Amino acid sequence: MPPVLELRGITKSFPGVLANDAIDLSVEKGKILALLGENGAGKTTLMNILYGLYKPDKGQIFINGEEVAIRDPGDAIARGIGMVHQHFMLIPVMTATENVMLGVEPIRNGIFLDKAKVAKRIQEISKQYDLEVDPQAYIGDLPVGAQQRVEIIKVLYRQADILILDEPTAVLTPQEVEGLFKVLRSLIANGKSIIFITHKLKEVLAIAETITVLRSGRVVGTVNAKDASQEKLASMMVGREVNLVVKKKPASPGDVVLNVKDLCVRDERKNLTVNGASFDVHAGEVLGVAGVQGNGQTELVYALTGLAPVVSGEISIMDKPVRHSSPRNIMERGIAHIPEDRQRHGLILTFPVQDNLVLCTYYQPPFAKGVALQQKVILETANKLVEQFDVRTPNVFVSVSTLSGGNQQKVIVAREFSRPIKLLIASQPTRGLDVGSIEYIHNRIIEKRDEGTAVLLVSPELDEIIALSDRIAVMYKGKIVDVLPAAKVNKTYLGLLMAGVKPSEALQEAPATTKETEVERVF
Amino acid sequence: MNAKVTQTNPEGSAQKEAPKSEEKRRQMPRFFQVLLVPALAILTGFIIGAIVIAVSNDAVVAAFQNFFHAPGAALAATWRAIATAYGALFYGSFGSITEIFRGIQNYFATGDSKPLLLAIYPFTESLATVTPYILAGLAVAVGFKCGLFNIGAEGQFGIGALCSAFVGYSIHGLPWFIHLPLAILAGAAGGAIWGAIPGFLKGFTGAHEVVTTIMMNYISYRLSDWLLNGPMKATGYRPLTPVIEKSAMLPRFFPDPLRFNWGFILALAMAVFVYWFLFKTTLGFEIRSVGANPDGARYAGMNIVRNFVIAMTLSGALAGLAGTAQVLGIDHWVGQGFSAGYGFDSIAIALLGQSHPVGVVLAAFLWGTLRSGATSMQSLAGVPLEIISIIQGLVIVFVAAPAIIRWIYRIRTISTQTTVLTRGWGK
Repeated sequence: MPPVLELRGITKSFPGVLANDAIDLSVEKGKILALLGENGAGKTTLMNILYGLYKPDKGQIFINGEEVAIRDPGDAIARGIGMVHQHFMLIPVMTATENVMLGVEPIRNGIFLDKAKVAKRIQEISKQYDLEVDPQAYIGDLPVGAQQRVEIIKVLYRQADILILDEPTAVLTPQEVEGLFKVLRSLIANGKSIIFITHKLKEVLAIAETITVLRSGRVVGTVNAKDASQEKLASMMVGREVNLVVKKKPASPGDVVLNVKDLCVRDERKNLTVNGASFDVHAGEVLGVAGVQGNGQTELVYALTGLAPVVSGEISIMDKPVRHSSPRNIMERGIAHIPEDRQRHGLILTFPVQDNLVLCTYYQPPFAKGVALQQKVILETANKLVEQFDVRTPNVFVSVSTLSGGNQQKVIVAREFSRPIKLLIASQPTRGLDVGSIEYIHNRIIEKRDEGTAVLLVSPELDEIIALSDRIAVMYKGKIVDVLPAAKVNKTYLGLLMAGVKPSEALQEAPATTKETEVERVF
Repeated sequence: MNAKVTQTNPEGSAQKEAPKSEEKRRQMPRFFQVLLVPALAILTGFIIGAIVIAVSNDAVVAAFQNFFHAPGAALAATWRAIATAYGALFYGSFGSITEIFRGIQNYFATGDSKPLLLAIYPFTESLATVTPYILAGLAVAVGFKCGLFNIGAEGQFGIGALCSAFVGYSIHGLPWFIHLPLAILAGAAGGAIWGAIPGFLKGFTGAHEVVTTIMMNYISYRLSDWLLNGPMKATGYRPLTPVIEKSAMLPRFFPDPLRFNWGFILALAMAVFVYWFLFKTTLGFEIRSVGANPDGARYAGMNIVRNFVIAMTLSGALAGLAGTAQVLGIDHWVGQGFSAGYGFDSIAIALLGQSHPVGVVLAAFLWGTLRSGATSMQSLAGVPLEIISIIQGLVIVFVAAPAIIRWIYRIRTISTQTTVLTRGWGK
């Protein structure tokens, strides 16, 4: 039997870039193919070709052994290809049913929408594939994981046999990832085929049968998941040996730099999301805040950096209270902040790289004399930082939006690390980055720690927390429930705390520490 | 910013990534790219304007009824109609080069400057018309740069005019070098206050500036109605202010009736100032940051409220100056319905000029010359004034919806980046 889908020699170039270079790929029926590659390796271009959004310069596409031409997404859907985009294409003010039927609305009695029919079909699909969704629920009210299930149902409703999932786990919590994998397994058990695009190695090994690795627009190799290891895949992806373990010396903690006592903060919807959190961070150590996303980490960081008002409690930096200080005031005390959402907070996307590199210091000498910006000094500094932090950009005048995610993050790191700082607050510093950039950012953070900077690391990726931290604070429902030494922490115990089990009860199920903890990077 | 991007950095960091040439290609012709869409929008506006002129011309319509017998005649009639109309428009805007030459020769031969002054009259009149457009366009552009949509330029223009007129006619016996600056400052201050109020409301209460500036416009209309019929009314029947003192007038370059005056120099100076302020100072850096990404600006420690107030104050001051330049330079008094659309045209000018001071000056130039040439087009070619409004409207539609222009001229979308003018409603 021929493969369900086969690509032969797909080539696509954009002016100046060969995005796909003679790519061969094949997907078997009832199997999951993982398409692995760093950001910019050509994964998305290839899938957009398959979905009819781009026209390839060369190459053939075969479906069930028959050559086809896919001119637009309509063609792709008609051939049974469905795509679940990384950023969902859903309308929040509509119900799941309405979103699913959008564009293929069934009509009753000539003019009426037949929602009941769609809802019934959704329930059938739900049951068949284990995709739990309430057809009447409004999308805006659903958690991200459920929204993704609606996207998958949308694709199945259009009778797709080949599903393309573009970075489906990027937005999910660990629990939701597990749920997604369950759905994927039930899909292939029902004869569907899946292309799973990602750059996370662990997921690939957990779910896929075959793995095709792309690098710079070429297929580097196709391997069976059984024969692959994270190290092997990482080096195929990056093109060199990658150090998966963060090398660090034991910390030598100094004085308390940040002290937080009984802190309460409200979120944008006025819910008390940080509710009595207390902890401290010493000079020369990394304190990792572990926890499932949405347990108050975001608001904690906002309050510490002056972006959100403190309801009650105390924050002091170097023994001075900063409860009511403005962001600038806090920054001037030597606090650096790598924000969770780099495009919303960290950068002014339309501004050139050089302006983003002085975004926090533009008003101080030597960058300004009075109100006059010292363009020459800014330019020199920017060129120096680009060199020093290895930001890949043609020059410092291009707008920062043209850089890749990893390089945008490097711009932020360069800016924040180039100031004299006492405390670094890093919130999900490697979110959405590729292996090479993660390695780079991790090493820089450890470097700062070794220079004696206090580091507060917030991340929902447990592996990242374990790899970088010296101590781990577990955050649940706005409180720090326990603080543990990272070196010997037991992951099971941590997981129980993150899920809301009280420390005393969790101890009965698992010890807090083990002999050794694997300190591997997360991909 | 535009001036900067044309530079490249030859010995800068060597490019190591595949998309390097793509990026280089993307940023090299940026200056050209910025001008491309507006230029094509103007061209398209004129082409469609030509069609309207032809269709509304009786001779052309008559010739086309005979099209199959004499297609040449129909086309010739079309060409004649369009050429006459646009020729008259051009003459009305810029005058005739041969007349100017003859005027110069005559002046040197006989010492009589009259023919020369007559020859340069259309062009100087255009420059006089351009003046308030530059200032008001800058006002709206400054707002846009901070993400604020100042629809209140109209009201700020009127208040500025009234303030400068008041200082102009009510104070007597001052030397011009004190009286004139005082009147100018009064106009700028009036506009600044009128602009600052919505700025404060936005910053402290979140009231959307579109709503508040519109309301401020209405307040200014009624306020000026009252002032012109009451406290500021000159003797007589009509609701006008007295004529301002000579010492408060912006000096004119040529004898009457040429009204070209120092207001134009003031406008250009303000354009330079706005450029310097926006792109070379920390305050401008903050305003642009707040406009491009308020969350990012807050993260970087900038005070959003303060920037809203500063931007709206400056915007109001510039709109006030536009009214001031019109009063002190051209009219010398204020009457009812004085602002007459300047405030709204200025939004169009800021859009066309892409909120950049240089662009605003160019756009204001187009606007003013079209307005000033329109009268001759009507008198010499019999084409109604409103054609100009149609052309201006079309240009704005095309600038506001560049996709149309890109589609007509098959321009590939190169940069996905769009100019952020204002943010939506809400926070």
